[in-house]
Order: sequence, then C-alpha cells, then structure tokens
Amino acid sequence: MSKFKKKTEVKQDIPTSSMPDVVFMLLFFFMVTTELRKTSIEVRQQIPRATQLRKLMRKGLVANLYIGEPTKVAQFGKEPKIQADDVFIDTKDIIRWVNEQKSKLDEIERDQLTVALKVDKDAKRGIISDVETELRKANARKLLYSALEDNERDKN
Amino acid sequence: MARNTPEIPNASMADIAFLLLTFFLVTTTMPNNRGLSIALPPPPEATPPEDVKIQERNMFKIQINSSDALLVEGEPREDISNLKEEIKEFILNNGRNPASSDNPEKAIVSFKTDRGTSHRRFIELLDIIQGAYYDIYADQAGVTNAKFRDAASDLSIAENKAIYEKGRAGIPLNISIADPSKVGN
Repeated sequence: MSKFKKKTEVKQDIPTSSMPDVVFMLLFFFMVTTELRKTSIEVRQQIPRATQLRKLMRKGLVANLYIGEPTKVAQFGKEPKIQADDVFIDTKDIIRWVNEQKSKLDEIERDQLTVALKVDKDAKRGIISDVETELRKANARKLLYSALEDNERDKN
Repeated sequence: MARNTPEIPNASMADIAFLLLTFFLVTTTMPNNRGLSIALPPPPEATPPEDVKIQERNMFKIQINSSDALLVEGEPREDISNLKEEIKEFILNNGRNPASSDNPEKAIVSFKTDRGTSHRRFIELLDIIQGAYYDIYADQAGVTNAKFRDAASDLSIAENKAIYEKGRAGIPLNISIADPSKVGN
C-alpha cells in the first residue's frame, strides 16, 4: 500500500507565471491583424465558394460593392440592393461612384482600379449584369467576384 | 535604496490582457481580398457590333437558365464533374478533332447566363472554366495550379512575371461572358 501512497504526492500545479506572456502574444497578434470595419454592411453576405482564387495585392486599388438582399427586410424590402460604402445606390449611380473612387487614387494608377463585387450566393445574375454594364461604361473593367476558398473541391 | 518601494499589483494583468484579447477576437474580421478575377469587355458603345464570324467548332457553349439548369454544347447536362477536362480538351485540340477547336488562340469558351440564374451557380461554372485555363497555363509553365495563380496575382516580381508569361504564351484567356437573356428575374 505504501507504494501507491507515494505517488499521490506528485506536484500537480501547472505553472501560470507565463500565462500573461502568452496572452499578450495572442493579443498583439490580433491587434496587428485586425482591421476595424469602416462600413457596416446592410445586405446579406453569404459569399460563394470557389477553388481558382486570385489574390489582390494592392488593397488601396480595390473598391468594394456589396450586393444582396437587405438585412432589414421590413425597412428596405426583399429585392437585392447594391451597397457602396455606407449607402444603398442605384445602378445609374455606379458611374459616379466609380469616378469618385478613381479620384481618390493617383493619376497614374486610376486605370488599375479593381472593383470587388461581394455578392450574396442567392442574388440573381440580372442585377449583377446591370452593375457590370455600368462598370464597363465607367471604364472600370478590372473585376473580382469575391469568393471563399473551397477546401472540399480542392483535390483535383 | 528607497525605503519603501511602491509596488503596482500585477495579479490582474492577465485578466486585463484577456479582456483586451477577447475584444480583438470578437471585432476582428480577416480581410478577404480573394476571388475570381475577370476583365470586362470595353464599353458597349465603344465597340460597334462587328460581324465577326466565329466558326461553330471554335466555340464551347455553356448556358445556364433561370432555374440553374445547364446546357453544354446544346445538350442538357446534370453531372459537371467532367466538364473541366472537356474544356481543356477543347482548348488544346489544335485541329485534331474536326468537331473541336482549331487552336488555343481561336478557341472561345462562351458562357451565357439568364437574368434569373443564381450567383452561386454562376461562380460554380466560372470556377470550372477558369480552372481549366489555369491548369493549362500551369502545365505550360511547369508549376502547380496554385503556384501559377499566386504568381499571376503579383506580377511586380520578375520571377512571377516569367512564370506568368511562359504559361500564357499562345493561349489567351478566351472566356466570353454574354449579357444575360431577359427571361426570369
């Protein structure tokens, strides 16, 4: 019996003195990687998945358009809407919006503006193609359909 | 030294750090700057409709209707697992099969949707078509598909540009996305 009793005297404390260091390290990681969202998105955003993704390197050259069903259905109805910055815009306002975005860039970089379309899965092609037509008129022809990495179909 | 060294209690430091950590964990949004990249054609009025005769054999037609059903080369299609291989075969036919394309430069993948087609389905098909092209480019450049796409994303590096140009040589990305037809909404 005495053999077993000895074992219970093993020290069981986990050293906690390094915990603040670990926590601080995590904290710094999140502080550095975090990006405070400037706009609150008022349309539903379930981004579709795809495999053949390309990455945009220059964040400054990207302008986002959000398309989807409004989250506040009671207020704005169920029809998919286009959100730019903080407001809903109409398709006819897109040319003006593109010009605003271009004017924020340096003159030599204006033709490199990429429009990232963040479109909800269930939005229809109709509204998106209307947006595309306007973008063509506004001469913003670099386009990115935002998508998430699809790991399940990645095998081939 | 000093008679009574003032000490700051540091037992609660971990708690404070945890609180901050939780705040940043909750508010953080990982920026997603990834997606399927395409180039739109020039404005409609700038290019007057020309009568370009494209031979039937040089077109690979994919159509989706408003209920997300698929037509490939005029035939209804349910199973799309093989579509990517078919597109690759079509692009790289080089005149071998008289019913398929003459050469990669003439080959066009025509993709037409309906106004009622869902974005999910559109992305699914566009992903397959672009995948076929990227596979071909990657093969030609001698790298993996993912590596080629990484290189294509940042052409400012000379090494990436070399891969990109080697892959693209002689094979333009001929994906034509037609204006949707007016049926459905």
